[in-house]
Amino acid sequence: MNGRSDVTSHPVGDGSTPVVEVRSITKRYGSIHALHEINMKLFPNEIVGLVGDNGAGKSTLVNIISGALEPTSGQIYVSGREVSFKSPSDARDAGIETVYQDLALAPDLSIWANLFLGREEIVRGPLGWIGWLDRKTMMQRSVGDLERTRIRISSVTNRVGRLSGGQRQAVAVGRAVAWGSQVILMDEPTAALGVEQQAKVADLIKNVAGNGTPVLLISHNIPQVYEICDRILVLFHGRIIAELRPSETHVDEIVSWITGAALFGAKANA
Amino acid sequence: MALTTAPREIDNSDAPSGEMPDRVPWFQRFMERIGALWTLGVLVVIVIVFGAVAPDLYTKAAWLATSEYAVEYLILAIGQTFVIITAGIDLADGATLGFSSMAGSILMANMIGSHIGGGFAATAGILLMLATGAAIGIVNGVVITKMKLPPFIVTLGTLTAITGATDLLNNATEVTTLPGFVTRLGTESVLSGWLPVTVLIALVLAVLFGYLLARTRFGLRTYAIGSNEIAARRAGINVDRHLIKVYMISGLLAAAAGLLVTANFSAASPIAGANDELYAIASVVIGGASIFGGRGTMFGTVVGTSIIAVLTTGLVLANVQSFWQQVAIGAVVIGAVAVDRVRTKVGTD
Repeated sequence: MNGRSDVTSHPVGDGSTPVVEVRSITKRYGSIHALHEINMKLFPNEIVGLVGDNGAGKSTLVNIISGALEPTSGQIYVSGREVSFKSPSDARDAGIETVYQDLALAPDLSIWANLFLGREEIVRGPLGWIGWLDRKTMMQRSVGDLERTRIRISSVTNRVGRLSGGQRQAVAVGRAVAWGSQVILMDEPTAALGVEQQAKVADLIKNVAGNGTPVLLISHNIPQVYEICDRILVLFHGRIIAELRPSETHVDEIVSWITGAALFGAKANA
Repeated sequence: MALTTAPREIDNSDAPSGEMPDRVPWFQRFMERIGALWTLGVLVVIVIVFGAVAPDLYTKAAWLATSEYAVEYLILAIGQTFVIITAGIDLADGATLGFSSMAGSILMANMIGSHIGGGFAATAGILLMLATGAAIGIVNGVVITKMKLPPFIVTLGTLTAITGATDLLNNATEVTTLPGFVTRLGTESVLSGWLPVTVLIALVLAVLFGYLLARTRFGLRTYAIGSNEIAARRAGINVDRHLIKVYMISGLLAAAAGLLVTANFSAASPIAGANDELYAIASVVIGGASIFGGRGTMFGTVVGTSIIAVLTTGLVLANVQSFWQQVAIGAVVIGAVAVDRVRTKVGTD
């Protein structure tokens, strides 16, 4: 936690390179602007909230950063280098991991298999092509990956289908943390959880950012966003209309930006 | 056995979890723990019961009849295991058996008729069989994945089409001119006559493909696709290509079964393989695989096939009218699914 408060005490944009920078990203479907000239920077140790009403463009933006969609125009930079993602695999290779709302776990597979699915460790056979799974290595590394999430799971050989909602969340986050070297995107990570488990996941997110990896948190849970984020970006009709800091705002103000009331209020005053 | 000790070490090093569901009834917990072993128990019970009714079950003749009968179904069931674990189904594997063996046998008969050596004829014919089976599987897989059609409908279609095509190949008549190598395959045995070569081949295939399923990346991804296809796609797995490979394996194994059936009868019959898919699917399901995907083992499939085979021989030896065999097998399939339902209620969600 200390690391995080250190960083937030710096003014953002103090010259350090953002881990991820999105520059004038636009996404059009025909004549409809789903996203319009989006600029966004994520710095180490930051938790940035992305809020907005349904259809504001949150999912489109996350899909572009995670490689599921290609932008109509604009650039993405990872650690200062321009990248272009043709698929989610490209984004993952660049160190960008996404925790999906549905968690994307296979319930019949063990925890370790879920953590390594698609990136299995293989022992090469004598001819080089008949390989088998290096289960021992994957199990051992899984134990370490999950210890970092601080949610207790009795054994990494358990099937994911037998875990509680909070434990599954921990596995999904643990997987993202294990592989996400640059940034972790979380799409409504607490939507399906009870109050107690929501608090656990919030701690989990703080841990992740505390270790240096910035988190972009997409959520409808405004009180939670208010509580754990360092900055809050409000999307409205495909534009970022406000950047708020919890220390300088309150839940009601965030909501008024989301609904656009604050925007029109500001315009009326101008 | 480093592989099996590793998870136990992890178990011990960890404090007990307070979050594991404790409300699981004892019966379900028991069934979870014994896993596929319960089907093995059923097999043992069947062997004991029929052995008591008809002691001839414990003779060499009964063993040979049972095991040779099982070869065809076991090889089909091996491929079907992969397909069912991906939450698919291959209704066409019996028809593929018939078509590929007919195609390969016609080639062999024609080559022998043209005075080409038996060795060449056998090689070419067997290669054609395997290639035909694989090609049918690829067609199934491509149609299922690229046109996004349900496997049940697609393979029902290919089942019907291929059955007709088999009759077209040779005017619905048998091919009996076969190279010596093929007919010997059906008669030779090892271990002083206790292990027919066809049975040996089936067991070797079960071990090889069991290894592929349980210990390789290909196997793990097969389970993952059946368990949650979206998760598999998001993990970067090329799901379409994987499924095409799975249906190809099923077709290839159907062709291999076709070769052994042809060898056993010293003839390629136009009705070979008819309705076999039902027994193959039954074997896999009795063996504990879930038709909803994500679950199943090769060990379970071998046990499932054995149950069907022993049931069939046992009923014959017990002088039960042969029509009862199908009734009994049907009842076992439903019973197995019912038990599996209870067994897996826990944890799937």
